[in-house]
Amino acid sequence: MIPLNHYLIVSAILFGIGSAGVFMRRNLITILLSVEIMLNAVNLTFVAFGRFIGTVDGQIITFFVMTVAAAEAAVGLAIVISLYRHKESLNPDAFTSLKW
Amino acid sequence: MDLRFLVQLGIIGLTFFMLINASAVLVLAERKIMGFMQQRYGPYLVGPHGTLQPFADILKLLFKEELRPKGSDKWLFNLAPLLSVVAAFAAFSTVPWGAETTFFGLLDEPVALGVADLNVGVLVIFAITSMGVYGIVLAGWASNSKYSLLGGLRASAQMISYELSYATALAAVILLAGSLSLRDVVDAQQGTWLGFIPHWYVFLQPIGFLIYVIAGVAETNRAPFDFPEAEQELVAGYNTEYSSVRFALFPQAEYINMATMSAVATDLYLGGWHGPFLPPEYGWIWFLAKVGVLLFTYIWVRWTVPRYRYDQLMSFGWKWLFPASVVNLLVTAALVLYFNA
Amino acid sequence: MPESILFYAWSGLAIVTAALVVGQRNPMYSVLLLIASFGALAGLYVQLDAPFVAVAQIIIYAGAIMVLFLFVVMLLNAPQEDHAVWDRTHPLRQPGVARWGILLAVLLVVQLASALLRAVELGQQTKGRGDVDVISSVRTLGHVLFTDYMFAFEATSILILVAMVGAVVLARREGPSL
Repeated sequence: MIPLNHYLIVSAILFGIGSAGVFMRRNLITILLSVEIMLNAVNLTFVAFGRFIGTVDGQIITFFVMTVAAAEAAVGLAIVISLYRHKESLNPDAFTSLKW
Repeated sequence: MDLRFLVQLGIIGLTFFMLINASAVLVLAERKIMGFMQQRYGPYLVGPHGTLQPFADILKLLFKEELRPKGSDKWLFNLAPLLSVVAAFAAFSTVPWGAETTFFGLLDEPVALGVADLNVGVLVIFAITSMGVYGIVLAGWASNSKYSLLGGLRASAQMISYELSYATALAAVILLAGSLSLRDVVDAQQGTWLGFIPHWYVFLQPIGFLIYVIAGVAETNRAPFDFPEAEQELVAGYNTEYSSVRFALFPQAEYINMATMSAVATDLYLGGWHGPFLPPEYGWIWFLAKVGVLLFTYIWVRWTVPRYRYDQLMSFGWKWLFPASVVNLLVTAALVLYFNA
Repeated sequence: MPESILFYAWSGLAIVTAALVVGQRNPMYSVLLLIASFGALAGLYVQLDAPFVAVAQIIIYAGAIMVLFLFVVMLLNAPQEDHAVWDRTHPLRQPGVARWGILLAVLLVVQLASALLRAVELGQQTKGRGDVDVISSVRTLGHVLFTDYMFAFEATSILILVAMVGAVVLARREGPSL
């Protein structure tokens, strides 16, 4: 049987990888993907805790996180597309001007 | 090793074998029916009345040279056809195709005909079929060819758009049956109304059935929604650069997906293996007959209806099919609430 | 014990693929590896008696959100990430800063892991309490979702609507076309 903190450690490692990706990468799409990794790490924590307590609330919060992730991906990717149209670049450092 | 385990292994092997042969039979059926509809014979030379044509096709494809375009992505180019065919096979794993049977007293306890039965079976099928699109999209991207890329792009947009209507149509049936297990859905359709109308969900959900079939045609990339390959516009779309065995895997996946779509439609709307005249042990004959009728409809539609325009596909999916399926779901939910309360 | 072998296999797969997602430069590969990572997480959800969450993970994340990402990657067709442009005059655009960021992430993991390992109560079995049939049933999930979490559910539907309108407005081409 697997103790609860094993799941939590897996989730912590995933969250760390996600945040490292946000710091490291210079590509807007990969940064969005890293944010998705972080959201998933949080989901794992919720489900593991929910199972530990013995209720379904953890699973339900996961659905809300998924909905938010879908909304975030839709809006984020729309922003990426419109940014790419202006600058032909996906590097977040390329967008320094406040107005174009 | 006990007998029951062996029997179950045999059922799994049989399902796999039937699926492999389904694609061969469907290739032949498609060409024969197309010939009939166009007032010609179709393949006629190999075997009696051309019945061995699929084997000739397979042999020919096996002996072709394998080509890979320069600048293509080697890993993804090899992975894409495998991915689509594996997803196609795996999607059938939770589709039951016959009633529980003891094989004429061979076993003590009855065994269910079908690979696996999960209590979220419908959703598992849906999840695995939604993985199938990656094969097409990756093939389009990895080929490093503009026609393939356009085919892949179209496939991804089309799949996302029609998956919504497809899932919403499914949800209405799940509401009626009150279970996510396909076997429970089939068993809920037992019996008749007034003694002669079978208790099938197609009579309760005619609009849902229509939406399911239309979205299913779009999901399997069949004409009139075959935009990812669209010969006249994109050469052969996502599989333009493929040859030999890898090429053969794409049509194989397409035909297996057709068979899966028809089998799921049979289980959800047409009462699965329930039907008059036959005892339950022979229910799989009904099942195969119903699947055969649906597959014939697939082929019939392909050779009757011309391809739409791409923007027409999108506006039809979003402005007509999806609202219709949402209204269907709402009405069904209200009626289920009214009659069950 | 097969259960713990499965656990280590799934979590190892999830972690390795997630590390590869951020570890290489081709966004196409990143998206595909992330799909594998989500699949492994779905395996972990099945182990936690949450089959519906596992299937929803595959359908929503791997089947819809990632197709959207793939669509954008293919549409923009920008396979390689830009090389770093370091600017000596800017305080934050220097190579050292980025490396500090990674160090911070590693530090976060180490802190969290050590804290979790020391918390004695969290070392108990995961599957102690609750009825497995109740927790894993879709019926219970639906019931709790549409009664206790009614307001949150409605709020997310508004969020989705706002996101939809926002995405259309943002990605729309300017000018009189279409």
